Amino acid sequence: MSATTAMEVNAEARRILAVSISKLYASRTQRGGLRLHRSLLLSMVMRSARDIYHSSRESEAPSGPQPAPAEEPMEVGSGPGEQAELPAPQPELEPAVSPAETAEPGSAEEGCDGEFAEDKENRSPARQSRKRRGKASAAPDFLPSKRARLEPGEERYAAPLGSCRVGAGESLTALSLNRVIPAF
Amino acid sequence: INGPGGDMQWCFSQVKGAIDDDVAEADIISTVEFNHTGELLATGDKGGRVVIFQQEIENKSQPQFRSEYNVYSTFQSHEPEFDYLKSLEIEEKINKIRWLPQKNAAQFLLSTNDKTIKLWKISERDKRPEGYNLKEEDGRYKDPNTITSLRVPVLIPMDLMVEASPRRVFANAHTYHINSISVNSDNETYLSADDLRINLWHLEITDRSFNIVDIKPANMEELTEVITAAEFHPHQCNTFVYSSSKGTIRLCDMRASALCDKHSKLFEEPEDPSNRSFFSEIISSISDVKFSHNGRYMMTRDYLSVKIWDLNMENRPVETYQVHEYLRSKLCSLYENDCIFDKFECCWNGNDSVVMTGSYNNFFRMFDRGHRRDVTLEASRENSKPMQVLKPRKVCAGGKRKKDEISVDSLDFNKKILHTAWHPQDNIIAVATTNNLYIFQDKVN
Repeated sequence: MSATTAMEVNAEARRILAVSISKLYASRTQRGGLRLHRSLLLSMVMRSARDIYHSSRESEAPSGPQPAPAEEPMEVGSGPGEQAELPAPQPELEPAVSPAETAEPGSAEEGCDGEFAEDKENRSPARQSRKRRGKASAAPDFLPSKRARLEPGEERYAAPLGSCRVGAGESLTALSLNRVIPAF
Repeated sequence: INGPGGDMQWCFSQVKGAIDDDVAEADIISTVEFNHTGELLATGDKGGRVVIFQQEIENKSQPQFRSEYNVYSTFQSHEPEFDYLKSLEIEEKINKIRWLPQKNAAQFLLSTNDKTIKLWKISERDKRPEGYNLKEEDGRYKDPNTITSLRVPVLIPMDLMVEASPRRVFANAHTYHINSISVNSDNETYLSADDLRINLWHLEITDRSFNIVDIKPANMEELTEVITAAEFHPHQCNTFVYSSSKGTIRLCDMRASALCDKHSKLFEEPEDPSNRSFFSEIISSISDVKFSHNGRYMMTRDYLSVKIWDLNMENRPVETYQVHEYLRSKLCSLYENDCIFDKFECCWNGNDSVVMTGSYNNFFRMFDRGHRRDVTLEASRENSKPMQVLKPRKVCAGGKRKKDEISVDSLDFNKKILHTAWHPQDNIIAVATTNNLYIFQDKVN
């Protein structure tokens, strides 16, 4: 496909992914509990959007070393090469792909966009400020970040073995969207 | 249906509910159901209440005016509950009401919320006893020493009182949210379906039920579809169907095995590849399935269409009707505003010749199968003068909008008709808007 169409599809996929994430997040507080049917449909849309996004990115000319951090939530779902660099464990992606996991009390209570923003910044070896940069972001602003803010010089450690989260070594591609409704 | 030489002309008859534009959430109607004779019409709402309307005796002096439906009984069926183990609130919203066929003077119905089904007895009391020998009027027992004669109480007429009492509570059998209940033709059993399981109950027994369908995968990560609706066959007590979020319908025979995980028939239409989009899966999810009265067909409703299936043909429906095809290009917006998740129901008329379903902007659609005609009508306060004939509506999908047409972008997506019901014998329909119930009838009869 042409570069323009690929870009359009890419943008559309990102937008749908953003909308889906915010819906998943909102459904956690819905009265009556998480709806399995709705969560399933949301995860299917997200999977399609992610697949389309991946395939349209692959069909684009190779871009610069750093994808635009502006679309942070979506970038986390991008190519394997970038994901392997993510030092932090995967819980950031979990709210996005595990509609039922998020329903469990005590599960990762994290906002999506804050996490992605921080991880983007984590990728550079020199730890920069964890404050979100004021870039135009596709991620909804209202999603709060619930992870503790690290002071400069602090490090975030990988989750201990045996935690219910995905192990630090697992790449994001392995964290398939099939882990949607694990323990409902 | 309306049209040149059309058979039916629909007229406004009544509207029930508050006129207020500010809708209280508890008043949102969540289910509508006629009983088997059509004399009673039940509605359930988000606040857990059931309101039953009764058709009054025909007005003989004005025969063209059909009998009216007036409130017969109102009761609180379900209350909000809290599941402490899962820290979840259980909504009191009534998902479905199903009437039992009448066996004696009393009426019975099943009503269900997300987790619990209840059997309600609605009975009339029009006499009361008077003249007790041993008791005062207020119920206190008399001093035995003051009693000098014997008299037997007599029953005297009183103003009609309609009482609703819960006779059975069928609880704790569903982990997931109940979406359907269906009474079997044997009048002894019924089924209840949630996202992953279907249970068979006996109406008399509340402490156990039989699981007859279980599609929960061993590993929930492999979940790809859920059950969206289920119904017993109207005549064959061993047969039921259930629909899925993938657009398939499975017909099961309870004689084949105790657990009906293997279907007897699988109804599925191959997807049109040209219509593929991000939202193909959502719009193919079936929101309702209904057998025809004669038991030969079933109808399914998905987001954009209504399909009629011949039970003898599994590979495709025999008829497909587009409800609002003009929405296909708007799916992304409908996803954003959540409308794409709306669950529309559908219904048959008494002789299975016409089917009806709801849409947006308080429009509802009827499809005449025999005459291959369809019509769009609107339920609105503006068209609610007594016996006012409903004018057919038309949505302009694109291009030049004709006079009286409404463009897609002007449609009010907050005004949705999800629940409709058709009188089992006559041409009387009940159409629920958000918080109002409209009753329309055919002028001719």
